Amino acid sequence: MTKLTLRNVSRTFGSVVAVDDFSLALAQGEFVALLGPSGCGKTTTLRMIAGLLDPSAGTIEMDGEVISSPGSSLPPEKRGMSMIFQSYAIWPNMTVAENVAFGLQVRRVSRAETRTKVEQILDVVQMRHLRDRYPAELSGGQQQRVALARAIVVQPAVLLLDEPLSNLDANLREEMRYEIRRLHDEFHITTVYVTHDQAEAMVTSDRIAVMNQGRVEQVDEPRALYARPRTRFVAGFIGRTNFLDGEVRDGEVAFDRFAIGLEQFAEAPALSGRVSFSLRPQSIRLLRQRPPASSGSSAIPGHVVQRAYLGEHWDYVVRPADSGLQLRVTARPHEVFEVGETVWLEVDPRQMAHIQ
Amino acid sequence: MAPRDASAVTEVVRTGSLAARPVGYRQRWRHLDKSVFLWLFLIGVLLVLVINPLARLFWVSLQHVDTGALTLENYVTAYGRWRYLEALVNSLVLGLSVAVVCTLFGVPMAWAVSRTDMPGKGLVWAAILGTFIVPSYLGAVAWILLAGPNAGWLNRAYMWLTGAAAGPFNIYSMTGLVLIVAAYSFPYMFVFTRSALDMISSEMEDAASTLGAGILRTTLRVTLPLTLPAILAAIIVVFLEAIALFGAPALIALPGRFQVITTMLWQFFEFPPKVQVAAAYSMPLLAITVGLFWLQRRLTGRKGYVAMTGKGGERRPVRLGKWRWVMLGYCLFVTSLSFFLPMVVVLQAAFAKAWGRGFSLDNLTLHNVRFVLVDQPLTKAATLHTFVYGATAAAIALALALCIAYIVQRRLVPFGNALSFLAMAPFVIPGIVLAIGFYAAYTQPPLLLYGTAWILILAFATRFLPIAYANSDAAIRGINPELEDAVRILGGGRLMAIRRVVMPLLKRALAGAFILVFIPATRELSAAIFLYTTGTQVLSVLLFDKSDEGNFEILASIGLILVVITVALVMLGFRLVGRDFMLRRTSA
Ligand SMILES: Nc1ncnc2c1ncn2[C@@H]1O[C@H](COP(=O)(O)OP(=O)(O)OP(=O)(O)O)[C@@H](O)[C@H]1O
Ligand SMILES: [Mg+2]
Repeated sequence: MTKLTLRNVSRTFGSVVAVDDFSLALAQGEFVALLGPSGCGKTTTLRMIAGLLDPSAGTIEMDGEVISSPGSSLPPEKRGMSMIFQSYAIWPNMTVAENVAFGLQVRRVSRAETRTKVEQILDVVQMRHLRDRYPAELSGGQQQRVALARAIVVQPAVLLLDEPLSNLDANLREEMRYEIRRLHDEFHITTVYVTHDQAEAMVTSDRIAVMNQGRVEQVDEPRALYARPRTRFVAGFIGRTNFLDGEVRDGEVAFDRFAIGLEQFAEAPALSGRVSFSLRPQSIRLLRQRPPASSGSSAIPGHVVQRAYLGEHWDYVVRPADSGLQLRVTARPHEVFEVGETVWLEVDPRQMAHIQ
Repeated sequence: MAPRDASAVTEVVRTGSLAARPVGYRQRWRHLDKSVFLWLFLIGVLLVLVINPLARLFWVSLQHVDTGALTLENYVTAYGRWRYLEALVNSLVLGLSVAVVCTLFGVPMAWAVSRTDMPGKGLVWAAILGTFIVPSYLGAVAWILLAGPNAGWLNRAYMWLTGAAAGPFNIYSMTGLVLIVAAYSFPYMFVFTRSALDMISSEMEDAASTLGAGILRTTLRVTLPLTLPAILAAIIVVFLEAIALFGAPALIALPGRFQVITTMLWQFFEFPPKVQVAAAYSMPLLAITVGLFWLQRRLTGRKGYVAMTGKGGERRPVRLGKWRWVMLGYCLFVTSLSFFLPMVVVLQAAFAKAWGRGFSLDNLTLHNVRFVLVDQPLTKAATLHTFVYGATAAAIALALALCIAYIVQRRLVPFGNALSFLAMAPFVIPGIVLAIGFYAAYTQPPLLLYGTAWILILAFATRFLPIAYANSDAAIRGINPELEDAVRILGGGRLMAIRRVVMPLLKRALAGAFILVFIPATRELSAAIFLYTTGTQVLSVLLFDKSDEGNFEILASIGLILVVITVALVMLGFRLVGRDFMLRRTSA
């Protein structure tokens, strides 16, 4: 069932277009991440969903009812949502327990029930022992948990999170990613999660919407997004990649000084004229000898230009013979090649994602 | 299942029926944030408080005295007599002279305190704070005791020393008035100049001295020009203060048989009041004030000055050698004129059976203070009124200012800048002009407030609204709007956000702002004098009224009570808010 729908939502600030024709639909209980670089309009989108900002065009619907449109928007307090802000926005004049209890008080939940619910949720985020502290006496991670508890305890229709982990140190950030996903698996709240960190989006989300300059580039499950990026921006933003530009002619895709048979590509029928592909460094194998010809893959000769040992893997830069291209290849630690050495690149064209 | 990507949803939208549905009124109403009505109401209050008196002032100045028809006759009357024009000229002379004297007083003192190794800086600073605390009309009373013809202390001291038959000083003169007004305005000059000097690093001066310039030349050629914008701004402020002042000129000029604008306005109000002529006559005062404040904004807003306030840098005091004692002597001389001497004679008179009998134990009595506070119903009531009106006005001003600042900062309405301009506007309206506007606006139905305490309270609230606004604005700026957004998204609504989060966080700042409005409201004279009636006197009005009777012991007692109230409030402010609290009101 569709919970939340954004239809062609745009928002401008004066002449700045912060969000441009944004459309997205979330199923009940779905966890979607908005992923994109700084300033691409993530917070603006989230604030429009929350009702803190009116769209300049388009509508937002919840459960089939229009809740935001350019002329009139349902005020945030009537939306039954929760939000965790980039600044956490924990009220400094209230204790941890008071912060968490606030939403329940507003909903006129009885005192006894409020107390049990607050205790429960504080247990979930492991903050019960700090219930009487003031926010100024908490660490960043603890404040973040309070924000989480405060948002979840009211069992919102939709939960909105704005870069909730960006102020934490790396270890805590990693831990909290799993924590957020765990809470989602426990409560199944429809969630929109804003982040500029792809790993965070990958760990937490059912689907990821990649944003760039106010527009949605692609919405997909994390694996699909990585394996089959549809635009150059997405391919470059999610993980590292190689871009290959070529041209379709005579049943082949011709690249710079090498060619691959058209029929080998997954999207063969769609290819014509000038085409571009994204090829992940992990999808290329390096070999000393020419591999035996097989139907699945192509082999291209080349030589190693540069290499770096990173412990968990090797990073090679390989130039195909006579080509101006430089391909990045990831290899396992025992696959050692010298700079200048002649190698064969084994490429599976089905793993080459056709991009715009 | 949810559509997989953006284009699929776009498809739904193009063909779907939902998107085409127009936004109905019912939905608009349901979506409306109802607190908007409160904001509109408050904006209405602001408009009425600020615009109505001014509009009425203009309107009345164009109305015929008897028929109410449109006419320019009032302007002809107001500027048709030499006596009236002379008062205008006198005001300009007063303003300019005060500006010059303030510069002579304030700039060297600011330099000495900020840049030199002069001893006793703490004492000087305390005396300047003390000067802020003495209302200028009380200063005038003190100076009558000091330099009244023959009977004044300074004259008697001179006669005693020289054996002359008459003293040389006569406070009832333009010179005397200039001295008094300057003595109570120079602290502005001091504060402005000092804060500018505090921003200049020694490096800039060093740069000049390494080129071979001496201390004097460095100071005159480098330091002074850098402070010039601040000094000019202060000159404008003290000039405007001087021409808008009512209390001291009325106490000095009227017995001295000359007039300034404000005393002239006062005379237009003698029975029967000629409001129309007074309104016309007040226009130049309003025009000059507005114009000069605009100029002052331009001066302090200029790039060079702002850039200079960027960083302080390291500062070393200039070594004055034995001149530092001369400098201290000068500072003490000035603060004696403004603070030490007046306080001594006021204290003496307040506790004397007869002030002329001098400083002796058998002349000591508590009778005057008791008379004012306990025995006399009129003065007792006035003391109570002073508190009640001041506190009510401060509460109204603060509540309104806070809400308007909030509306503007959170962009709840589209024309926010106009609102903040309105809230700051009374700052450039002389109190006396505002009072005439209030008189014109509220002496006839539909809003008949004249004769009630409300006209005084609202006039005070309006007059000091800018102080409340500047403080509220600064306080709200310090609150992250996401704290309120968090309340709203959890179901709280704006008013709850204000009640549960904004107010608790602003408590201290608001207490400070309240006191900053309360203090001037307890001593306000120039608006109160036009708006009070027999049931609604406050202490300042009473002090002025009683000056006719020549009972200086009572005058001094009333003044002393005002000073004590102020000091108590300032102490409270220090306790609640911290040491920088007095300085905030110069921010506007
Ligand atoms: N109130 C505003 N007035 C003017 N421009 C704004 C306003 N809010 C956002 N913008 C602009 O809109 C664009 C998108 O801003 P937004 O805050 O949504 O970015 P973001 O994706 O959340 O970035 P970040 O990751 O840095 O938080 C930016 O270019 C920003 O400058
Ligand atoms: Mg953001």
